[in-house]
Amino acid sequence: MSFILFAEQVLNGLQFGVMLFLMSAGLTLVFGVMGLINLAHGSLFMIGAFAAAAVAGLTGSFVLALMAALAAAAAAGALVEVLVIRRLYDRDHLDQVLATFALILIFSEGTRWIFGSFPLFLNIPDYLSGPVTLPGGIQYPLYRLTLIGIGLAVAVGLFLLISRTRLGIQIRAGESDREMIAALGVDISKLYTIVFALGAALAGLAGALVGAIQSVQVGMGEPVLILAFVVIVIGGIGSIKGALIGSILVGLTDTLGGLFMPALFALFMDNSSAATAGSALASMLIYILMAVVLIVKPSGLFGARA
Amino acid sequence: MTRERKINAGLALALLAFPLWAYFANEPFMITLATKVAILALAGVGLNIALGQGGLVSLGHAAFFGIGGYAMGILASHAQTFDPIAEWPFLIEGTKSMPIIWIVAVLTSGLAALLIGALSLRTSGVYFIMITLAFGQMFYYFAISWPTYGGEDGLSIYVRNGFPGLNTLDPIQFFAITFVILMLAMGFAAMLAKSPFGLALNAARQSPQRVETVGMTPYRLRLVAFVISGMITGLAGALFADLNRFVSPTMFSWQTSGEIMVFIIIGGIGRLYGPLVGAALFIALEHILGGLSDYWHIYLGVLLLLIVLFARGGVIGSLAGRGHAHD
Repeated sequence: MSFILFAEQVLNGLQFGVMLFLMSAGLTLVFGVMGLINLAHGSLFMIGAFAAAAVAGLTGSFVLALMAALAAAAAAGALVEVLVIRRLYDRDHLDQVLATFALILIFSEGTRWIFGSFPLFLNIPDYLSGPVTLPGGIQYPLYRLTLIGIGLAVAVGLFLLISRTRLGIQIRAGESDREMIAALGVDISKLYTIVFALGAALAGLAGALVGAIQSVQVGMGEPVLILAFVVIVIGGIGSIKGALIGSILVGLTDTLGGLFMPALFALFMDNSSAATAGSALASMLIYILMAVVLIVKPSGLFGARA
Repeated sequence: MTRERKINAGLALALLAFPLWAYFANEPFMITLATKVAILALAGVGLNIALGQGGLVSLGHAAFFGIGGYAMGILASHAQTFDPIAEWPFLIEGTKSMPIIWIVAVLTSGLAALLIGALSLRTSGVYFIMITLAFGQMFYYFAISWPTYGGEDGLSIYVRNGFPGLNTLDPIQFFAITFVILMLAMGFAAMLAKSPFGLALNAARQSPQRVETVGMTPYRLRLVAFVISGMITGLAGALFADLNRFVSPTMFSWQTSGEIMVFIIIGGIGRLYGPLVGAALFIALEHILGGLSDYWHIYLGVLLLLIVLFARGGVIGSLAGRGHAHD
């Protein structure tokens, strides 16, 4: 196995990781501040991708498509928060799971109704397509490199938002004591809508960005949602730092596992069965990682509470 | 007899009467629908032990449903090709006998529930939901990427497995098997709820601290409940695979977990007959709305949302009023 292949896979893992971060950041914020488990977060990912594909198809502009994705997902998030989610904050987790499961059904079938069952395609714009040569002679697609850049920029932006702005202070205060900040005169229901829409916008952005390297189709959000859950379990609920580190761990484990597990099994098995067993085990690797974290630290790497 | 008991008796009779009507009206497809209801209700009865009695919101019960299904698929496919499953350290051959398949399905899904439960029950609340969901998804991806038993395409079994003395290919006879198993499982669930174990489990759901104070371990109670729950759902998986004569990774998908939970919620959580009502309504909706519109899941979603937001006791709760669960 050459160094170049390895470096490429590390970059792929990193790219996958930062996209997972965009998903899990919103999810963990919503849980941390409102105490809500939102299964419909994957639907917001899907809405972002569909909005981007539709706008790119109409205008041909990738930047407009991304803005449409952000706007559509944030608007859908705010709407859902006001109509449904708001009634769930005081309910137990079972009700939250069921109501957001119902939202998935409505969003998925609604999207299928509007756009049909066939996947849409979102093209990478010309100025971002093609490979770039990195130090060490590694050829890597510019678009994927851009995704890593955007993901890391969003991470930095979120850290600054949470630690430096007034909204960030309110979010942190909301995490630790919601009655108290309501008593101090913060409009808590407006804050909740903003946090939910912010998380939704991040999911929509991730959907649009990933949509350009996959096909845009109904049901694309749920596999990512479940991976985001794994990330949150590993990183610890409510922690943005945990979400970032967990995402990158999961991204790298998944990508490198697919590369190394068959090779590892080939050491003591014949090639074809090693490929079979290796890839089957590689598909389980991130869940094994999650199990190990659970055994060592049940509240996650950076979780305050279990 | 309380009001809920009368409703329950009526429901059991209705589940029996419907396929008998279909039998005499010569509508074999309706018998198959009733069989499907009985099997899905059985899966719900399993989950209801964890969810209703133990308060464990498991969103990963598709894992056990799928393991039961694959237990049937693997055993029957080996019997079909006369190719032993293992020759070393001792000979294991495939089988087409339902009772043996059921035992294997119950044991393997129980073992999986023990492993998943031992890990996930270290946490609670929202962590537990996410972890069970993730472990369910792990089995899904494993089934897809393991090509020996069909991988993504699944596995077809050409002839339904046999039960001594019955012709299982006759829809009404296969229905009878599933009906008897469902009634036995519901009887078992009712007995469990009233047993000292069930009472302790119920107490652990309501107040874990108090249970600990009197010297019992909530973790152990919950783990036992989770394993029993997984076993019953696994048995339902084996029957479901036999109904369709087909297993595929879809049985492991997270939607399956969600749907099993939906049966319980529509019917009424913690109610003995809740899963039966929920499964029956679900299949009826699928059949009626599915015929009207390809997008019937929208209506299901809206219905579910309304039940969660406004009718928290489910159907049985609205009919029988509030009361003690399992009374």
